[in-house]
Amino acid sequence: MRISFIETLTEMAEKDERIWLVCGDLGYSVLEEFANKFPNRYINAGVAEQNMTGLSAGLALEGKIVFTYSIANFPTLRCLEQIRNDICYHNLNVNIVSVGGGFSYGSQGYTHHGIEDIGIMSMLPNMDVIAPADPIETKTLLRKIVEKDGPSYLRLGKAREPVIHQTNIDIDIGKGIKLIEGGDVAIISTGCVLNIALKSAKKLLKKGISSDVISMPSIKPIDKDLILKSSLGKKLVITIEEHRSGGLGTYISSILIESEFRGKFKSINVGENIFKKAGSQDYLNEIHGISESNLCQTVESLIKK
Amino acid sequence: MLDSKDLAKKIKIHALEMTHKANSSHIGTCLSMADILAVLYSEVLNYNPKNPLWDSRDRLVLSKGHGTAILYSVLCEVGFFESKDLDTFCCNDSYFTGHVNSKVPGIEVATGSLGHGLPIACGIALALKKSKSNSRVFTISSDGELDEGSVWESVLFAPHHNLNNLNLVIDYNKIQSFGTIDEVLSLEPLTAKFESFNWSVSEIDGHNHKELIDALSNTPVEKNKPSVIIAHTIKGKGIDFMENKLAWHYKSPNTLELKDAINQVNKS
Repeated sequence: MRISFIETLTEMAEKDERIWLVCGDLGYSVLEEFANKFPNRYINAGVAEQNMTGLSAGLALEGKIVFTYSIANFPTLRCLEQIRNDICYHNLNVNIVSVGGGFSYGSQGYTHHGIEDIGIMSMLPNMDVIAPADPIETKTLLRKIVEKDGPSYLRLGKAREPVIHQTNIDIDIGKGIKLIEGGDVAIISTGCVLNIALKSAKKLLKKGISSDVISMPSIKPIDKDLILKSSLGKKLVITIEEHRSGGLGTYISSILIESEFRGKFKSINVGENIFKKAGSQDYLNEIHGISESNLCQTVESLIKK
Repeated sequence: MLDSKDLAKKIKIHALEMTHKANSSHIGTCLSMADILAVLYSEVLNYNPKNPLWDSRDRLVLSKGHGTAILYSVLCEVGFFESKDLDTFCCNDSYFTGHVNSKVPGIEVATGSLGHGLPIACGIALALKKSKSNSRVFTISSDGELDEGSVWESVLFAPHHNLNNLNLVIDYNKIQSFGTIDEVLSLEPLTAKFESFNWSVSEIDGHNHKELIDALSNTPVEKNKPSVIIAHTIKGKGIDFMENKLAWHYKSPNTLELKDAINQVNKS
């Protein structure tokens, strides 16, 4: 996903001189092509995220479209006040890119788990929050981010995420995309766990439970219409994300509670746990219930009650 | 255009009146900065009050965003907006908020949380340098503000990127918000610190207009370095009952104190 990000950004920067990239001393084997092609529009700000973000605001005040880039929580939590006051308050064209959302850096320990970012960034006025599911969603939505005014947060996985969408997709900021249709359950995911949602839906179908599967890369603004339409007549809406409560599930539940939907709702998320041991992304997802087995069991038990 | 000393008097009186009317804080810090701003806006900066976003303007970022009343006052006096707007300072529904607001003509950036202005100024300076603009960037920070780590990130950044169009003015009045600088977090040797970070350092009396004009007009001091002007000032300068008193970081002058203070400014 980070490769599709930088390839697309480089392509767009060839045509638009306003595009700048400012990283926090991270991006080895990813950012070099951009840095070499556009040395006058690339800055490694060093391990100094508050300055990285503040100076990006300054560049944006002078008309640039700026991307900041670091991993996990570094480009967000470390410099949150700069994002809030310098960028969002002034509604500037600065886009925060975090590589390694969720448990992508799982084995590195808790300091590198990006599992509160969606919730925190969504709280900021003017900030759009986007967690693409695969490289195709990344490329498509990145173009939309460059084209729009105002700040965005782009939460990427790390590497080798499978391509899920086999063709180009018609998707925009504020829009979800339905990949499978069904009548019993709506499964809505954000980020890379779309794969889990799709596999779960196929497994559930064999047991006679059919599902809508929706990828919702745009958590803010969220595709309220699609959520409401998909929930109609369903027994259950279930969300899944590599993130704590306070993200996708919370937003969708608040939409449903004000709607005509009278079915059940469940959010599968990381919960309150601080996991103090190492683990791969798959392992950590599994133990936190962000898995095909937990999603299927949860659906089956809630539908049967 | 007013001469810098007349301008300084006028803006001090405005700031005293605004602070009294709004019952707001920070008059001490406004008074320590008055001469710096008066000189900048009468002798140093290129700007156009009728076109606040004129491309060729010099940019001023007030990083010590609580020095609001005095900056609003100087912007008013030089023609960015009308004086009746100053009466709305801190009032309901007014853009003239207690920390500088970018909705006010002439304000480049809204600040208020310390340590934000210098990084932003670095970004502006970087963009201007890349476009080969002749515009300069000034940012004024307080001494207490230098406690913020974010400031030092920028202090490392600016010389590394040869931002010789960037000028940091430190309003060094030796008192921060809950004690003196020496009591809370000593900054000395401040000149040596900036020199070791590869900045060109000038150290001046921040109330002497000749020294201010010389220091602020003649930057960059060294070819490829950003400049820092350490302006030694007095909190509450010019008002005998306010000078060097921590309380005047917070207090607002009452009616009698206001009258006395205005008299003192007029006689100075």
